Amino acid sequence: MSPIVQIRDLKVEARTDSGRRVAIIKGVSLDVAEGEVMAFIGESGSGKTTVAMTLLGYARPGCWIAGGEVRVDGVDMAALPEKERARIRGTKVAYVPQSAAAAFNPAIPIMEQVIEVTRIHRLMPPEEARRKAVELFRALSLPDPDHIGDRYPHQVSGGQLQRLAAAMALIGDPKVVVFDEPTTALDVTTQVEVLRAFKTVTRKHRIACVYVSHDLAVVAQIADRITVLKGGEIQECGTTTDILERPQHPYTRQLLDAFRPAPHARAVLTDDAPLLHVNGLSVGYGPPGANGKPLVLAVESVSLTVRQGTNVGIIGESGSGKSTLARAIAGILPACGGDILFDGRELWDSARKRSRDQLRQLQIVFQHADTALNPAKSIEQILGRPLTFYHGLRGKARDARIDSLLDMVHLPRALRHRRPGELSGGQKQRVNVARALAAEPKLILCDEITSALDTVVAAAVVDLLKELQRELGLSYVFISHDLSVIEAICDEIIVMHRGRMVEAITPSARQQPKHPYTRLLFSSVPKLDPTWLDGLDPQSERMQAASGG
Amino acid sequence: MKARVPSLILHRLLIAALTLLIVSFAVYFATSMLPGDTATILLGQSATPEAIAGLRKAMNLDEPAILRFLKWIGGLFRGELGTSYANNMPVAALIGDRLLNTLKLAGLTTIIAVPLALTLGITSAMRRGTLYDRIVTVATVGVISVPEFVIATSAVLLFAVYLRWLPALSLTGDAHGLMGMLRVYAMPVITLTFGVSAQMIRMSRAAVIETLNTPYVEMALLKGASQSRLVLRHALPNALGPIVNAVALSLSYLLGGVIIVETIFNYPGVAKLMVDAVSTRDLPLIQSCAMIFCVGYLLLVTAADVIAILSNPRLR
Amino acid sequence: MTTRPASVPLASRLGYRINPVGLVAFSVILFWAVVALFADSLAPHPVGEIIDNDFFGPMRAGLWLGSDYLGRDMLSRILLGARYTVGISLAAVTIACFSGVVLGMTAAVVGGTLDTVMSRLFDALNSIPSKLFGLMVVAAVGSSIPVLILTLSVIYTPGAFRFSRALAVNIDTMDFMMVARIRGERLPYLIGAEILPNIVGPVLADLGLRFVFIVLLLSGLSFLGLGVQPPYADWGALVRENIGGLAFAAPAVIVPSIAIATLTISINLLIDNLPQKVRDRSVSP
Repeated sequence: MSPIVQIRDLKVEARTDSGRRVAIIKGVSLDVAEGEVMAFIGESGSGKTTVAMTLLGYARPGCWIAGGEVRVDGVDMAALPEKERARIRGTKVAYVPQSAAAAFNPAIPIMEQVIEVTRIHRLMPPEEARRKAVELFRALSLPDPDHIGDRYPHQVSGGQLQRLAAAMALIGDPKVVVFDEPTTALDVTTQVEVLRAFKTVTRKHRIACVYVSHDLAVVAQIADRITVLKGGEIQECGTTTDILERPQHPYTRQLLDAFRPAPHARAVLTDDAPLLHVNGLSVGYGPPGANGKPLVLAVESVSLTVRQGTNVGIIGESGSGKSTLARAIAGILPACGGDILFDGRELWDSARKRSRDQLRQLQIVFQHADTALNPAKSIEQILGRPLTFYHGLRGKARDARIDSLLDMVHLPRALRHRRPGELSGGQKQRVNVARALAAEPKLILCDEITSALDTVVAAAVVDLLKELQRELGLSYVFISHDLSVIEAICDEIIVMHRGRMVEAITPSARQQPKHPYTRLLFSSVPKLDPTWLDGLDPQSERMQAASGG
Repeated sequence: MKARVPSLILHRLLIAALTLLIVSFAVYFATSMLPGDTATILLGQSATPEAIAGLRKAMNLDEPAILRFLKWIGGLFRGELGTSYANNMPVAALIGDRLLNTLKLAGLTTIIAVPLALTLGITSAMRRGTLYDRIVTVATVGVISVPEFVIATSAVLLFAVYLRWLPALSLTGDAHGLMGMLRVYAMPVITLTFGVSAQMIRMSRAAVIETLNTPYVEMALLKGASQSRLVLRHALPNALGPIVNAVALSLSYLLGGVIIVETIFNYPGVAKLMVDAVSTRDLPLIQSCAMIFCVGYLLLVTAADVIAILSNPRLR
Repeated sequence: MTTRPASVPLASRLGYRINPVGLVAFSVILFWAVVALFADSLAPHPVGEIIDNDFFGPMRAGLWLGSDYLGRDMLSRILLGARYTVGISLAAVTIACFSGVVLGMTAAVVGGTLDTVMSRLFDALNSIPSKLFGLMVVAAVGSSIPVLILTLSVIYTPGAFRFSRALAVNIDTMDFMMVARIRGERLPYLIGAEILPNIVGPVLADLGLRFVFIVLLLSGLSFLGLGVQPPYADWGALVRENIGGLAFAAPAVIVPSIAIATLTISINLLIDNLPQKVRDRSVSP
């Protein structure tokens, strides 16, 4: 049986701002057999999405297929005129986007968009298409399958939209489906259910899949084979087991290593006076209601303690209030109840009223280095400002300090004249950390600082933070949705759910979380073991088992 | 969710009312901050102090400005626009027919400009980067960049001087039959249509291009949708709000345009009346005409906002 | 490793890509700027001197742009007209943009009631059609050059406010603003050092556009006889003076129109074809 997808020596080029042509895919060849799930894995910029998109004969604006063949079911998508490609899209090859929330047209009801492929290609009468869509909704375990299609996209949750996007791809009975990071935007507990739905449906219909992801553990659950891409070239391609157990290429090994972080040398918990003590903190949005509390409470009476030289992790999914809590501690969002003690003294709820020294000692590092660093300023100016502002450093003294800060975060000194836009994601995050260090703080609040980074880069940043802690005796409050990151660095973990603190655990006790939500959360984190997803109980059972036990 | 639409619209209307209040305040005081005062202007420099004092009293000019403003605005609400300084006629009577004439001119321009401009704007967005798109873009930049009187004089040169198709000036009272209509309205309408369309083409083109760059249009492309389906089914419904806004803002260009066009073609509309009033410093007439223009602008912009709210699918 | 050929023009070596349309537009603007500065020494005849027995005379040697309705040299009048059109507009746009941008950034950064009140007020001012505003002020206080400059800048401040406020609001949502705030920075630093460098490009482009609007409005007012008053004349006033020549397509009415169009179209084209900074990520590691 000949493979359904045959890519031969594929080259994709792009035009840069200066009008130069650059090769972004440099001769990729691979096959996907009928019914096989092939995963493309790699960091951002590796070309994994670009290769996957060529299966639809599509290259994003500014890019074009410059050479090679992309045969889908025997037809070379690269050579076809645009009209012919359009006839194949949706019928033979379909696409599931990274963000279904953006890919659904806000002005059209969901059902119309799901069955649009059957209208465009005149596959079946609308009535039949609707029935088929409802069947797919059911198969993808969507709630209320008979009526969910009547809604508009903004009336449906992210996880549901992602499954609806899969239904939209499957309605035309394609032979190949391209999944473009379809679960990246989802919370872990949702991701499990969506992954499971994808796996069941594609397996049942024996659809060949190209699954693009940066997450090796997710890919391990769904892929038969894995292709590792870097810099527009294939580094390694093999069965899932081979890649996981016998990685050949150094980059693949790096990826795997990032999954097994070096264990954190736990600090000895002492009874010293706490550095930060948060007591019954509540934070809300909106105008105060009748009871004097804001309309919406995002954080409800949370307490935590950070001791000198130790780290506390706050984990939770989107909407759990973890970032709001960090912002309240930093004085960005005023709390509406409770108090914050820092270094033995009470902190004002608003940063405006705090003393300059208090502001200096408590720094916050934000998730997106892109927006946390002013793109119009040089690295030198960015790092120099807190030095002047807090320590009055100028001229040569400031220059020397900037050099030593760059050394501390392992960045070359020559970067000081660059602007943030000229740095890679990991470098930007290091500058972000260096700016916090410039203040010489006692405590750094890290708000999802590794979430926007590739796995390998994120692991390096966490290592850097550990190293800085050893040298400078810092403490961190680490906010993340990613359990593995938190485990790698924290002495205590606080689990948040819907604004409340559900459980506080020290990692040694982590294996026995008591609260049902904690169990659900922890058990939802994908493991590198390919059999993990199949062996996992459905969400409801895991919740029940936990609450029963 | 549903209750948000009426409350948003109500909010918009309240803002319009507040804006109108501020505008009338600005109009009143901009026209009242005379270096001399009204009585002196009316009677001339040579008038006796007694005569001036008498007129001041008769016109209530001794009262505080705020009080006069409130009286004035109260009068507006009752339809009492005051009396013209120049010829002692009620302002309302002077404006009546003139307003109708201006509305005819504006209406005719709208009927021609809106379909023309939207077709050009949307098609050039669909075929962006092509020669057609570039010609349309360069032409609109050219038209937007020149004053109305240059468009008007060019139109006169082309149609009246070189081609001799039309007379240079609007000859009113001669508007009988199709040819008569054409003679009266052709030049003013051509001039206004140019300006209005150029604005509208530019803005509607930008609105459509912006929606064409969204992930959901890319998704539709990857479902095999044709170019026309992408634009008509996926982009246009979402561009509706911005397009309506573009139409409203472009039509507000009419307000400025008619001032020049009515003057240059000697067209008996409310703008010409106002320009004449400026040369005679006929303040009550100026104030009333100004308010008409401001109300017209606010009506357009508010209507556009309300339509945008109603057409926003996220508020359904 | 990228070795660039030696024939790469200077602009690309500096890291900018220059578009020929933009270059032409820039030359035209530069030409009018020089004319406005040195009009006195460039003009072949005194502006008021009647040198032609004919009025609306055609273009010929010695009278390169013909003569006007009194038989004065059009070339000299155009050259001096440039001074009024460009000078008044430049003064007005500078005042309008400076006050609009400072207030706009302040409103965005301070937010709250101040922002609401300022936005409402400026929106209301913005909803008075610009020509109408001009007419009212001229009717009330008469027309002189300082009044014109002030009126024009008042008319276009709300637009500059709105534009820069919208940009600044976007910048204000960035995390680096939050970082600066909780560092303890004050308003002048926030708007001057954090926001301004990020919006200076669009603000300059907006300044150009607003300059065009002001030129158009000034010309319009002068054309109505309410702008620059005799014996001075800007380009709009020149068209007005010579409108009688329209029926026989006299250069005296066409040339000032063309002068306005070349200036305004060039600015618009320059804004659309500004040299682009080449951000070529693939070159730097």
